[in-house]
Amino acid sequence: MARVVIRNLNKKFNEVHAVKGVNLEIRDREFVVLVGPSGCGKTTTLRMVAGLESITSGEVLIGDTIVNELPPMDRDIAMVFQNYALYPHMSVYDNMAFGLKMRRFARPEIDRRVREAADILGIENLLQRKPRQLSGGQRQRVALGRAIVRHPQVFLFDEPLSNLDAKLRVQMRVELKKIHDRVGTTAIYVTHDQVEAMTLGDRVVVMKDGIVQQVGEPLDLYNVPANRFVAGFVGSPAMNFAAVNLAEHDGALFAVGDSIRLKLPPAKAKRLQSHVGQRVTLGIRPEDLRVGSNNCADGLSFPAIVEVVERLGSQILLDVKVGAISMVAAVEPAVKASVREELHLAFDAERLHFFDDSSGDAI
Amino acid sequence: MIEGAKWRRWVYFYIPLTAFILWLLFPFYWMLVTSVRPDRELYRPWMAPNYAPFWTTHPTLVHITDLLTDTLFIRWMANTLLIAVVSTLISLFCGIPAGYALSRLKFRFASALGTGIFITYLVPQTLLFIPLANIIRNFQLGDTPWALILTYPTFLIPFCTWLLMGYFKAIPRELEECARIDGATRWRAMLYIIIPIAVPGILSAGIFAFTLSWNEFIYALVFLSSAEQKTVSVGVTSELVRGDVFYWGQLMAGALLGSIPVAFIYSFFVEYYVAGLTGSVKG
Repeated sequence: MARVVIRNLNKKFNEVHAVKGVNLEIRDREFVVLVGPSGCGKTTTLRMVAGLESITSGEVLIGDTIVNELPPMDRDIAMVFQNYALYPHMSVYDNMAFGLKMRRFARPEIDRRVREAADILGIENLLQRKPRQLSGGQRQRVALGRAIVRHPQVFLFDEPLSNLDAKLRVQMRVELKKIHDRVGTTAIYVTHDQVEAMTLGDRVVVMKDGIVQQVGEPLDLYNVPANRFVAGFVGSPAMNFAAVNLAEHDGALFAVGDSIRLKLPPAKAKRLQSHVGQRVTLGIRPEDLRVGSNNCADGLSFPAIVEVVERLGSQILLDVKVGAISMVAAVEPAVKASVREELHLAFDAERLHFFDDSSGDAI
Repeated sequence: MIEGAKWRRWVYFYIPLTAFILWLLFPFYWMLVTSVRPDRELYRPWMAPNYAPFWTTHPTLVHITDLLTDTLFIRWMANTLLIAVVSTLISLFCGIPAGYALSRLKFRFASALGTGIFITYLVPQTLLFIPLANIIRNFQLGDTPWALILTYPTFLIPFCTWLLMGYFKAIPRELEECARIDGATRWRAMLYIIIPIAVPGILSAGIFAFTLSWNEFIYALVFLSSAEQKTVSVGVTSELVRGDVFYWGQLMAGALLGSIPVAFIYSFFVEYYVAGLTGSVKG
């Protein structure tokens, strides 16, 4: 068990600056998820923590030790790879025992730990099989088991669930969470899937182009995104964006766009004071929209034309056109809506987001 | 398989395949027939009324027993086996680490070095034997097995290195990374993970190297002179053709017996060999 500290970490591959000045402090026993689109530097960051990639500049601490110059074997970490990286010529038992054998553990201790891990993962009956005789989910468990038996300071996960089919992925996600709760080892988990990030992480680190965009608990990222990128990345379906002007009228502030005119509550208006008269980006989450009354004059709803109706059972997704802008609204399953119907969408004014047009930062 | 009408399968598959197999196997058949044919049939003129070149009605083992008792053939076989095995082992011993290093380690000039090694393989032996003969003479290795054991690796090592480079590259990098995180040094990761997985590739490199040394002719011809030092390929052709007299029966018996070890090794390892060439690592 240990904390992991990353200080001003940089990685350059020749001309490409893949990781730019990442700072991060991961507490003991914490489960932190690095998430972002492909090429955002999340895997490179993880590999630098593992010691598989050299560090261009900056520091990585595991526990209280600077590990920059330590080889992977001396960092006391365990890693689970996307393709599982099971040794194909060894049985499941030997795969799990390999790390302990390399560290010259006594045979009874190896046996005890392997069986304990196999018991946690429910793979006792597979111990004599070879990896090629296992299904995807079973291989995944073996890869996890190989990490668990080592009792390392830190678990590193590099997109471990992305080779599984959708149903199994959800199941393994839950199990991974349970296992972490049980063994309590500090974990760093890399994924491109924001749902995995939100469900697994005690805290989530959103990265883009080698830069950390925001670090926070899942709900904070969802409720208070730091910038437009995080707002668009976190949440499914993604947040709707529209370009609007902020204009004052009769002592109230309005966000005026192509075919919308939204009245903002006083608290919002106060925070947006410095941007009055400017062009900003408005963000509304699909969940914060609902079908409202047929009156737009009060500035509490706006007209929209339904293009596609997606019935998911628990909710309905309405793909609508608001003027020239496409939006998605997630509404109650009881709502009756049909294609090409014009309806009015009301919104939760307290839950509107605004972003500076030039920097993308939340206002 | 070929889809469609039956005749298509015959025209495009069975007939060409049969022709191909007959074409390939005919020399071996000829070798076999000639080696068991009595001398009076061998030297019968083709216009003789009972001339039958493709079969014999009086098979005999006399050529084979003559070959084994009257000539040094058994000695030649032993020489060839020793030389082929030792030079194959030397080549694998050098080729495995070289192939691993060129495929996995990042160092300056790695790719230039890889190409350089490949180019040395392209230098024809018919040119290379001239400087090598000089070296062999200076070290006074002429007419000893060492002359061949030490010169065969000049073309076997580049060959093994290149074959194994391709094989090592096909093994997922994560396996090794995982082993190194698990507590293995690079050396131990290579020993316990990479080499066991690369066994099919190593075996096919070994089989190839063995075959190349077994069949090698020109170095053996140049560097060995006394009859008891010779290898099969040189011994058979130089000792069984005296002046303009060809001992066809013994020549063919020698060729036949000489090709048995290679055929044996191929059939024994054929599965590994195919897996090695197609480079399949099942995860």
